[in-house]
Amino acid sequence: MDWEFTQETFLSLVSALPLTLALAGTAIALGAILALALALARTSGIVVLDWFARAYVFIFRGTPLLVQIFLIYYGLSQFPAVRHSIFWPVLRDAYWCAVMALSLNTAAYASEIIRGGLLSVPHGQMEAARACGMPRLMVFRRIVLPLAIRQALPGYGNEMISMIKATSLASIITIMEVTGVAARLISETYRAIEVFVVAGVIYLAINFLLTRLVQLVEFKLSPHLRQPENAAQAVIAGDTR
Amino acid sequence: MTQPGFLDLLSFGPDGWAKALLAGAWMTILIALSGYAIGAVIGTFGAWAKISGGKGLRVAADAYTTVLRGIPDLLVIYLLYFGGSAAITSIGRLFGADGFISFPGFLAGALAVGITSGAQHTEVFRGAFKAVHRGEIEAAIACGMSRSLRFRRIIAPLTLRHALPGLGNVWQVVLKESALVSITGVVELLRQSQIGAGSTGLPFDFYLIAGLIYLAISTVSSIAMRQAERHFSRGVRRG
Repeated sequence: MDWEFTQETFLSLVSALPLTLALAGTAIALGAILALALALARTSGIVVLDWFARAYVFIFRGTPLLVQIFLIYYGLSQFPAVRHSIFWPVLRDAYWCAVMALSLNTAAYASEIIRGGLLSVPHGQMEAARACGMPRLMVFRRIVLPLAIRQALPGYGNEMISMIKATSLASIITIMEVTGVAARLISETYRAIEVFVVAGVIYLAINFLLTRLVQLVEFKLSPHLRQPENAAQAVIAGDTR
Repeated sequence: MTQPGFLDLLSFGPDGWAKALLAGAWMTILIALSGYAIGAVIGTFGAWAKISGGKGLRVAADAYTTVLRGIPDLLVIYLLYFGGSAAITSIGRLFGADGFISFPGFLAGALAVGITSGAQHTEVFRGAFKAVHRGEIEAAIACGMSRSLRFRRIIAPLTLRHALPGLGNVWQVVLKESALVSITGVVELLRQSQIGAGSTGLPFDFYLIAGLIYLAISTVSSIAMRQAERHFSRGVRRG
């Protein structure tokens, strides 16, 4: 391996990293909101909402992400109504099309994860909250949602990693994020292995950090599974005294 | 020129793209099946290395699954397609051919899909093997079965039964991943739709049709998988 070339490759790939992170971050944030809405629709017990959410999940999980990206980026411009609408400046932009496709896609997968979390909340907890006189919305905000998030977090972490990986597809619609730059370098220099190794290391590093971050949040959210810190400190203090 | 309607595109007539799209769908299935088969072979070895390999093999298998689950599949396709072309070109130069020789897209695609799905196959097989009761293997030893007989009659069938749901999920992922192979120029379903979209100026119609065909393939295969699960767990008592 040529060290100088590897260094140059690393620098040009790292300069594309902010775009990858922006894509993933925006898509995950927008997708999470949509996913929560879909999960609530699934668990609402209202037939129309339930079936809408089911159909949504079926369609977005059953088709390749690349088809969804093409449908939004190339497909929508087919209609003059879209080209003349106020949304055109957004829909013409490859970046926003990629964000939209990624958000819609991750929402389908994440909604099932969140639904699992919502269903795992023990009924007794909700009953207890009701018995305390909490209104429905407060029960949801203070009891159901926090418990569901804690339960869903490991699965959600995996989905976030898939989203980081999925941002690479944006390179196919001309966005120069990490994979886009890597593809350009490979086709210019034909040194596939060096570029691949450097790009791979960057993606592995992001995903490693993300996994650690999710683990940290999980740790913070489950104090009930550990010995209380105060008690532990008290014991230590008692020992030293 | 009048543009053909949505249903005209789906016809077998002179304006219709049905034949081309079906051929593309067939190519998609072929790529997915070959990639899946390659992945299953890699996954078998990977699971074996993780379960009963020495330390070196175990570390190698762990590194393989960690790396392949952490990097985008698209990168693997680029590596094999461009890397393979570069390798073939330099080999060709040794034999006196000059100019660029491109690596076959189908091979690069199937290999890339296989290598990425191999990591998932490994985990599925490993988990399924763990679910096999120790007692069943002990009973086989007590009956005096040899190692290979034990594997063939007891371990392999039981592992496969436990692995079926996971294998179904991997198949769905592989099917969708095969769409990425279109970047190598192999005329599979998505590439065929791109060609159609380009020549008729109706991208929405073509990508919609492609999406519907993918949906149909994945629905049919998930029904088949459910049937297979029911068939292979006939002897299992529930509840």
